[in-house]
Amino acid sequence: MAQQTILQKLEILADAAKYDASCASSGTAKKNSLGGKGIGSTEGMGICHAYAPDGRCISLLKILLTNHCVFDCHYCVNRKSSNVARARFTPQEVVDLTLAFYRRNYIEGLFLSSGIVKNSNHTMEQIVEVARILREEHDFRGYIHLKTIPEADAEIVHQAGLYADRVSINVELPTDSGLTRLAPDKDARQIEGAMGKVKADLAEAKDAHKRFKHAPRFAPAGQSTQMIVGADAATDADIVGKASRLYDNFRLRRVYYSAFSPIPDASAVLPLKRPPLIREHRLYQSDWLMRFYGYKPAEVMQATEADGNLPLDIDPKLAWALKFREQFPVDVNRSTKEQLLRVPGLGVKAVGKILASRRHRALRLDDVALLTQSITKVRPFICTVDWRPVMLTDRADLRSLLAPKAEQLELFAA
Amino acid sequence: MTALQHVKLGTYYVVHLPEPDDFDFWRERARSLVQCDVPPDRIAWVEPSGSGDLFAHGERRMPVPPMDARPVRANRRFVSLAKNAILHSDPERFALLYRLLWRLQSNPRMMEDKADLDVRRVEELDKNVRRDSHKMHAFVRFRLVESPNDSGGEEAGEHYVAWFEPEHHILRANAGFFMRRFSNMRWSILTPRGSLHWDGETMAEGPPAERHDAPGGDPMEDLWRTYYASIFNPARLKIGAMLKEMPKKYWKNMPEASLIPDLIAGAQGREASMVEKGKSVFSGEFEERPDTLAAIDKAIHACRKCPIGALDNTAVMGEGPQDAALMIVGEQPGDNEDLAGRPFVGPAGQLLDVHLEKAGIDRRAAYLTNAVKHFKYVQRGKRRLHQNPGAKEIDICRWWIESERAIVQPKLVLAMGASAARGLLGKTVSISKVRGTPIPLEDGSELWVTAHPSYLLRLEGPAREEQARLFDADLAAVKARLAELAG
Repeated sequence: MAQQTILQKLEILADAAKYDASCASSGTAKKNSLGGKGIGSTEGMGICHAYAPDGRCISLLKILLTNHCVFDCHYCVNRKSSNVARARFTPQEVVDLTLAFYRRNYIEGLFLSSGIVKNSNHTMEQIVEVARILREEHDFRGYIHLKTIPEADAEIVHQAGLYADRVSINVELPTDSGLTRLAPDKDARQIEGAMGKVKADLAEAKDAHKRFKHAPRFAPAGQSTQMIVGADAATDADIVGKASRLYDNFRLRRVYYSAFSPIPDASAVLPLKRPPLIREHRLYQSDWLMRFYGYKPAEVMQATEADGNLPLDIDPKLAWALKFREQFPVDVNRSTKEQLLRVPGLGVKAVGKILASRRHRALRLDDVALLTQSITKVRPFICTVDWRPVMLTDRADLRSLLAPKAEQLELFAA
Repeated sequence: MTALQHVKLGTYYVVHLPEPDDFDFWRERARSLVQCDVPPDRIAWVEPSGSGDLFAHGERRMPVPPMDARPVRANRRFVSLAKNAILHSDPERFALLYRLLWRLQSNPRMMEDKADLDVRRVEELDKNVRRDSHKMHAFVRFRLVESPNDSGGEEAGEHYVAWFEPEHHILRANAGFFMRRFSNMRWSILTPRGSLHWDGETMAEGPPAERHDAPGGDPMEDLWRTYYASIFNPARLKIGAMLKEMPKKYWKNMPEASLIPDLIAGAQGREASMVEKGKSVFSGEFEERPDTLAAIDKAIHACRKCPIGALDNTAVMGEGPQDAALMIVGEQPGDNEDLAGRPFVGPAGQLLDVHLEKAGIDRRAAYLTNAVKHFKYVQRGKRRLHQNPGAKEIDICRWWIESERAIVQPKLVLAMGASAARGLLGKTVSISKVRGTPIPLEDGSELWVTAHPSYLLRLEGPAREEQARLFDADLAAVKARLAELAG
């Protein structure tokens, strides 16, 4: 075959990376290029430089070093038995592309992953080499996220953490049985072992940093993981349970959910249909409840329906509230922050505003309306000086009153 | 003398701001006006470009605060909000901020009252400005211009120039962000409200610019557009989510945005074709398994689910008793098998017969078949050269071998070669690792894996002897196990 151009390779290797959900570039140590020789800065908050028509943000150059792979995971478009076009970047080509894009302010940095070529160690070394050239030869101070390969030696993975802002190891599937069936070359124990090692490295580096100002940084934006949703029979309860164990055991910054989407050259054991994207959305909402609203995983699971899945027509917070109506109404003028956070329709910001404002005035329904996105959603669950919804929470048809009306398909929107 | 006596009642003060984003100037004036007790409705704040006609007769000299005036109180929250809100393009912002500052003197904790209309408005201005700044950080697109540069240095001739149209007066406030990010680059940002120029050491401000002052393109944009189009997943169109974060007003200055209409228009078709491609292989007439060997035989002759079936060849059905306890699975028919329409009749089949006899296994009592039903080859002149089936082709053909197993129900399956093992397991295993040990299958039977006899044919000398010995050992183990299962 004739030599591929950079453009052709980029087309193939960006296409192959589009199933990765993460594109975050936030939460890392602040750095800038003043006084250095290169370019780049990170100021805590990530920046989305563009949005694709799939609604997802583009903040990093997200590509694979190569989509050749010796593994044969059924859900993966790059598996050995797939007939997709293959390409391979050299580390230097990835470096040049990253710098050229960064200088033009297209991106915040690089998210590099790879198919497994030759063996795991070789592949991991190539990934680390890209980061090394960027950091050491070009003094690049932008964001770098490296996907690490659980089968690779811990020492090489450690190297990755020294150059990268964030490292991630995909758990791929929420259940071990799903992993065994769909990713025959992967091993759940190995994946969790690798996460555990990264967690230990993170803790050690943090400790060292407390003692010595110049201790080397280790993945200051922490580690994350991704799970594929809808490729196997795992329920939302399984997924939420798995996510919460991962958060607890490995101190993950984020668990990403990626709704399985039909892939070109699909494998026989996969469903052909994608799960509704709304399911992925509900899982992110439940993730939010655990991370910012003080819900325990068991409570999120209480919000699921008989089949173990979260309802699709209403959000998990409302689903929980409808099941535990005795906890409502919540008095916005007296209740604790924790109680207010349970009110459907009240976000963390709105609760903050209520807490600040009620020191100055006894809040009326109109006041609350000013502080929230939609008073209709909140009204049945709160009381104010001039409002008490006792009857409403007892109504059997409350759910249908609050569930959003059936909408035209997204495809035809906008 | 009290402050009230000092102020001329009925006087309107007109404050002309030197720059629309000059917070320090506003703060200094606002402070002395508060100290002189001038109520908000007696002050007109006029921007450089704004019209002051209405208050042409207002007092331009500032009142001088009395010596004993109380210090002006403003909490940190107010100052940080005001600094940002003053960058907004709303001409009312100075007056709004002054009114808040005025009210803060009697109610120092007023900023906490989020239901207050003035507080809400200033928070809204702050939010708009922060959003505009954020979008500037995100959507500025530099273009490279090669320009003669006398200062020398490695990348002396490289100058990156961007055109951006901010909604508010945020340019100066964001100079630091771009300086910290691109410190070792020569760049300029041109906007209708002014321009910034950084040469690697100093920041210079310039006059407002027009669009044609900025370069029209950059060779790297083709790559960027390629990236943008490729990273988009057509199976998850969410146009509303995109528009919310990247409103159309920004599109005209973003090189990638020109692709959006076509990406959206093509998405549905791309997803449908992906699903359709998968479907044609795995569903439809394949949903019902054939329930007799004859039906399978008939169906595989018509099977065109992979490219092999489309070659000029004949499907080769398995053969042997329907109640065989042993099923032997090879890779695929060869040239001889294809011509004869029967499995294991070529050189490898003959070698297999020799070894089976040696092991005491009766070939006629076993069911012999292949993982792939059609002969894969490339034509070279008159010869048809054998080709190994791809993993995908084996996976597609797995349907047939599973159908055969469902009918024959062997107690033991012997897979010869990695392709045959894949046809039964759905994954590729290493023969050297799994040979000699049974692998349980879902229906309760067990799978044994050994080398393919054609492998022995390709070897010579001691290597062949060694492999033949291993092959015999595997067959002997199978024979012993069969006896156990029968007993």
